[in-house]
Amino acid sequence: MFGKLSLEAIPLHDPIIVVVGLGMVVGAIALLGALTYFRKWGWLWNEWFTSVDHKKLGIMYFAVALVMLLRGFADAIMMRSQQALAAGGSMGFLPPDHYDQIFTAHGVIMIFFVAMPMVIGLINLVVPLQIGARDVAFPFLNNLSFWLFAVSALLINISLVLGEFAKTGWLAYAPLSGIEYSPGVGVDYWIWALQISGIGTTLTGINFFVTILKMRTKGMTMFRMPIFTWTALCANVLIIASFPILTATIALLTLDRYFGMNFFTNELGGNVMMYVNLIWAWGHPEVYILILPAFGVFSEVIATFARKRLFGYHTMVWATVAITVLSFIVWLHHFFTMGAGANVNAFFGIMTMIIAIPTGVKVFNWIFTIFRGRLELTSPVLWTLGFIITFTLGGMTGVMLALPAANFVLHNSLFVIAHFHNVIIGGVVFGMLAGLTYWFPKAFGFTLSEKWGKRSFWFWITGFYTAFMPLYVLSFYGAARRMQSYPNAEWQPWMIVAWVGSVLIAIGIACTLIQFYVSIRDRHKNQDVTGDPWDARTLEWSTSSPPPFYNFAHEPVVGDIDSFWTQKQRGIEQAEEKDYKDIHMPKNTWAGPIISVFAMIFGFAMIWHIWWLAIVGAVGTLVSFIARVFNDDIDYYVPAAEVERIEQAHLKRLEAHS
Amino acid sequence: MATDTMHHGAHADEHHDHDHHDVAGTKVFGFWVYLMSDLVIFGTLFATYAVLMGGTAGGPSGADIFELPLILFGTFALLISSFTFGMGVLAMNANRVGQVKMWLIVTFVLGLMFLGMELYEFNHLIHEGYGPDRSAFLSAFFTLVGTHGLHVTFGMIWILVMLVQLQTKGINPATRPRILCLSLFWHFLDIVWICVFSFVYLMGVL
Repeated sequence: MFGKLSLEAIPLHDPIIVVVGLGMVVGAIALLGALTYFRKWGWLWNEWFTSVDHKKLGIMYFAVALVMLLRGFADAIMMRSQQALAAGGSMGFLPPDHYDQIFTAHGVIMIFFVAMPMVIGLINLVVPLQIGARDVAFPFLNNLSFWLFAVSALLINISLVLGEFAKTGWLAYAPLSGIEYSPGVGVDYWIWALQISGIGTTLTGINFFVTILKMRTKGMTMFRMPIFTWTALCANVLIIASFPILTATIALLTLDRYFGMNFFTNELGGNVMMYVNLIWAWGHPEVYILILPAFGVFSEVIATFARKRLFGYHTMVWATVAITVLSFIVWLHHFFTMGAGANVNAFFGIMTMIIAIPTGVKVFNWIFTIFRGRLELTSPVLWTLGFIITFTLGGMTGVMLALPAANFVLHNSLFVIAHFHNVIIGGVVFGMLAGLTYWFPKAFGFTLSEKWGKRSFWFWITGFYTAFMPLYVLSFYGAARRMQSYPNAEWQPWMIVAWVGSVLIAIGIACTLIQFYVSIRDRHKNQDVTGDPWDARTLEWSTSSPPPFYNFAHEPVVGDIDSFWTQKQRGIEQAEEKDYKDIHMPKNTWAGPIISVFAMIFGFAMIWHIWWLAIVGAVGTLVSFIARVFNDDIDYYVPAAEVERIEQAHLKRLEAHS
Repeated sequence: MATDTMHHGAHADEHHDHDHHDVAGTKVFGFWVYLMSDLVIFGTLFATYAVLMGGTAGGPSGADIFELPLILFGTFALLISSFTFGMGVLAMNANRVGQVKMWLIVTFVLGLMFLGMELYEFNHLIHEGYGPDRSAFLSAFFTLVGTHGLHVTFGMIWILVMLVQLQTKGINPATRPRILCLSLFWHFLDIVWICVFSFVYLMGVL
């Protein structure tokens, strides 16, 4: 009846999990209770869960990502604590069985459930506003994408209290992830969480690709698009071309595990290295899906706060496009040790070095934008400066890893860990925190506390260097990654320094949380009435903060790069058009959350081999999707009078302010 | 927030190109992009098949098990179904609902014949002891061909949905792009099948 699921599945033997699990359950009950007590369910469902407004979806992506960041970081600090303790014969406080789950969960959560939703959340919030559109090409699919992601995040968290998570490392290399070596449900949680959220990501890629190509406002040619929109476009191209590879690869692993097939097994003709090749054919473009939009954020931030047009707009675009193409022909550098031979390794080594060149072009563009600009040292700028230095360093250790000869020594060592945290924290995390600070007032109508933002920055950057420089050092002594314990006690001092670094980062995260609290408390003082708190350059700042749900009452007209800035410089107020028109908008829909819940039921049932429930989930998904197709009542017109009322209210606030 | 629902028709004249992007065109374009991403899935499966086709593990190879006459029959059923769908789209452009339905039904029956051929082949192979768990070659074969078959199945469910919608709604701005997308999907599956037929079956028996 319940497949492999029984009360045994609750890991009562592990006190850490029991405490965390209880905390999670109590927290969830408290949250649900509070929502019921304050009668917020209707509001939540009508205003948020069923919303097709790209701005609200962006905010929800970010909210889930921040919660998952806490979960992923809890894993990180447990790993650092374990390695600070488990030296010279000590076993630390985490048994290998649990430690392996933690490093797997940390990687999976940070990439798929923190970095990805932050990037996609920012794209959601910003891109339609930057191109002067009122919504995205497929608003319902946008909502569906979010919910497929959200239920997958839920599945990952269920694995904490029911059963186990994978112990295979974040990419679940075969044959370790095959049924023979991983007979438990851990890998199945990994499979279904990534499969469901991956489909959502593909839909997002298609959605924003079409949105950017088809829905730009009048006069916005491709080479007048803001750089963030360009990087979003390229990231979406990468999603469309690479996520299907992940979908197919995970499906093949699923067939191996559920139907005894032999794609990635050691016997009957299977080929384990094919798994590694396929997963990195997706995995390498994936890192550029994360970093390109971060590059976009830095470009917007630096141009805004240096009060200059971005240096080398065209080279920035072409560098982004070059990276997009090159990112598909470097994947083999993740496993030079496969033994593909000198020629193959040389090709991928050289391509990997070449991809550093367009990135270098970008770094010089940012530096030259600062040159002779009037740089204001706001917290987004601090993140950007921290990024330029840290990312350049990480890029250089990347070029070191690109040398096949050096790579044979460094493969699977802590050098790799230090390198990719160097670029992911220094690039993606800093970029997303900069983007959060920069666009927060656009989303909510008030700015974040600069004081706490700067504190967060300083703790993050010192914490990062303290935590990861020791790992570079240790790697030269031969320290491998993913060690639950190590016999060499001489490594322990470095590990303790790294632990101190993780505590500093923890304080940095705490500063961000305090920043939210303080800023929400002082929201009336920090109000952004103008809609343009930074005196910025791109279209999203030409509408009010937060923008009306239809974004723009009149379709903006663009004549140049940074058209909004040019207009402000010339002192031309947008000629106040009184002639409001009805606006065509999509209606909210229940379909996204319902379809996704069925998809989650299907995933959960597959994990636990509850076949009847899997059928319920699959049929439910299909039927609720078809039901949506039969619904014609999907859009409406906002009457011109209503638009006028909203716009006049905004103008009144503006007048009262000035 | 205003929540009145109004119909496209009532507003068609007032709203020119001002705040209307080309909705139908955007849908079809978006579907094209989806097809390209689906093509990457098939590309991955083809690559997998190419790598594993030698991995017979002492079991049969393609030459031992493929029955070309049967496959050729299914292939023609699918190729002809692309033609009949094309006729259906022509009928839609001429606003002949009855003919569209007729051609969709013909397409459905041809799709059913193709699927019947495939299920017969799979069933036969499994009974002979050559199921997908026998060897890596057979895993790759069943998965590549089966994924195509699964797509055809979804295409047929979609045809049924469109038959119902044509019955209840007729040809309108909502159903027209759906038929166009379905037609793209169906032709796409045909092209993928031509690759399967040449690359898997013909090269397999050569």
